[in-house]
Amino acid sequence: MNQSHPDWRKVDADPDFRRLVNARKRFIIPAFIFFCTYYFTLPVLAGWFPELMKTKVVGPLNVAYLFALSQFFMAWIVALLYVRAAARFDRMANEVLEKNH
Amino acid sequence: MSGPLPALTVWPMKFWRKITKMSTPLIMFLGFILVTLLITWKAARQSSGSSNYFAAGRGITAWQNGIAVAGDYMSAASFLGIAGIIAFQGYDGFMYSVGWLVAYLTVLLVVAEPLRNAGSYTMADVLAYRLRPRPVRAMASLSTLIVSTFYMIAQMVGAGTLVALLLKGSGIGFNGAVAGVGVLMVAYVVFGGMLATTWVQIVKAILLIAGTILLSVLVLGHFDFSFAAFFEAITHVKSGGKTLNFLEPGLRYKPPYGAIDLISLGLALIFGTAGLPHILVRFYTVPDAKTARISVVWAMFIIGAFYIMTTFLGFGAATILGSDFIKLNGGINMSAPLLAQRLGGDVFFAFISAIAFATILAVVAGLTISASTSFAHDFYTNVLHHGREQRPGEQVRVARITAVVVGIVSIIIAILLGPAFNVAFLVGLAFAVAASANLPVIVFSIFWKRFNTAGALSGLGVGLAGSLVLIGIGPSVMGVDGASVVGAARHMIQSPPLFPLENPGIVSIPLGFIGAFIGTLCGNEPESEEKFAEMEVRANTGLGAEKATAH
Repeated sequence: MNQSHPDWRKVDADPDFRRLVNARKRFIIPAFIFFCTYYFTLPVLAGWFPELMKTKVVGPLNVAYLFALSQFFMAWIVALLYVRAAARFDRMANEVLEKNH
Repeated sequence: MSGPLPALTVWPMKFWRKITKMSTPLIMFLGFILVTLLITWKAARQSSGSSNYFAAGRGITAWQNGIAVAGDYMSAASFLGIAGIIAFQGYDGFMYSVGWLVAYLTVLLVVAEPLRNAGSYTMADVLAYRLRPRPVRAMASLSTLIVSTFYMIAQMVGAGTLVALLLKGSGIGFNGAVAGVGVLMVAYVVFGGMLATTWVQIVKAILLIAGTILLSVLVLGHFDFSFAAFFEAITHVKSGGKTLNFLEPGLRYKPPYGAIDLISLGLALIFGTAGLPHILVRFYTVPDAKTARISVVWAMFIIGAFYIMTTFLGFGAATILGSDFIKLNGGINMSAPLLAQRLGGDVFFAFISAIAFATILAVVAGLTISASTSFAHDFYTNVLHHGREQRPGEQVRVARITAVVVGIVSIIIAILLGPAFNVAFLVGLAFAVAASANLPVIVFSIFWKRFNTAGALSGLGVGLAGSLVLIGIGPSVMGVDGASVVGAARHMIQSPPLFPLENPGIVSIPLGFIGAFIGTLCGNEPESEEKFAEMEVRANTGLGAEKATAH
């Protein structure tokens, strides 16, 4: 480690670094809003629309069960989408680091 | 036959009889203890130096850390607790379990990578970069100790009750069980550090998942592997003389406050998981931020699969055993072990019981190491001694002493509270504090340039005080009990609750954020704004992050 004092301000002001920060925010903020909305819809429906939740869809399986189960797949899909996006962020970060080495 | 031979065989025979008289669960418990002590002994040879002791040399791989993070989360409360809630209240228990997984998205998206990039051992490292380190570390350490202690006492009381129940007839009672769990967790942490704690957690998590898969297969086998028959049975479960559809909501979260309480809990989970000290320290044990990220995804798949299987166990217990049977045979927390006994016999019961025991041990060890790391690193080294070790190895020695103290204090408190004490709210409180005090300041210090020391102190203070007060005037502490409720099971304050919700998150989390926001506006700290550039570069690129130590 021969870079004991990197020039933080220079890296921070680098337009490529700003693009990285913005790209990250453009993924994280909508993803956060989406999963919170999807998740909190579950207790809201269970609390205030119980009849809708009791509607049967396939055999004995009702909206309530399928919607709760879908939350697991939602969480996994958002996680995998993030991993894919993060690979892009890693590449951008490496470019910034190489340039400012 | 006469002569020396009988005398020689007497002692081994006595010993053998003593062993065979031991219950199968006890033998399996001892087997697990032996394995974990071997792990600790092996780890002890590698646990010198701060980075090795506190962060396992930062050499844990993605899948290992994923299993360990999942293991920290799959406590006895989720294994036995969620199965039990579903066995008694059906769908609402399933809905309750969902939030625990979704909460990991916050860990993944917001906290794990910046934390690994910018810190070294504790949450406070991230805050100390930009802010005045001494007051911030002192406050963050206080919050960490409060969260860990509450969580730990809840686990210890639960452990005592459970072990006494699982080992019924072995002569080990509540106090003995609490003391045994306490001594073992201190041994793992003191001798084996983070490396031993992590591997104990990994072994337990693999056992737990294996046990859950086996039991789920047995449940489905009971219905001839027909999902249709299984779900059909769930729609008419006999409970307390009534036949109920356990796939419909409303058995646990009832009006007027039920749904709001669940939303409030959901908020505490989604903001609190990413602020739990014993989860956060795990991200320092991996080599870099990318590994931290992949490990969270591993953890999410494991936890998600585990909860889906737990619903099978809960619904299985409801349909195959029925809540009336469970009530007569040890109560709600025994749902999963009793199901194992019915479907797989005594040996399988012993196996599932040993897993529950392993779960408790591994989780309390994780809590002990995060509490002692925070005290030694944040408070002792950085607050008292301005960030310098007086002598090499001092920080690790202080952490070991702290672990012993934490162990003794939690054993004493758990024994004083006794088995009847309602501990569920202590876990809720830990999450509320983590969500209302820790998370707002972590998020602001990573993302908000203007954030400063005054904001961190007021955010931590308001979040901490808000959670404590709202729980103190809520239905967990205040309530009017009938004459039949005696001793520690009675509410601490005998009057109607002033705050209607068990989970204060919906009020205390906004309070924490507002506290941090207003505090920031009141202060003025150009140094913090100047250092934001460094923080932002570190968090986003990993430049200057702590490296793994080569072995």
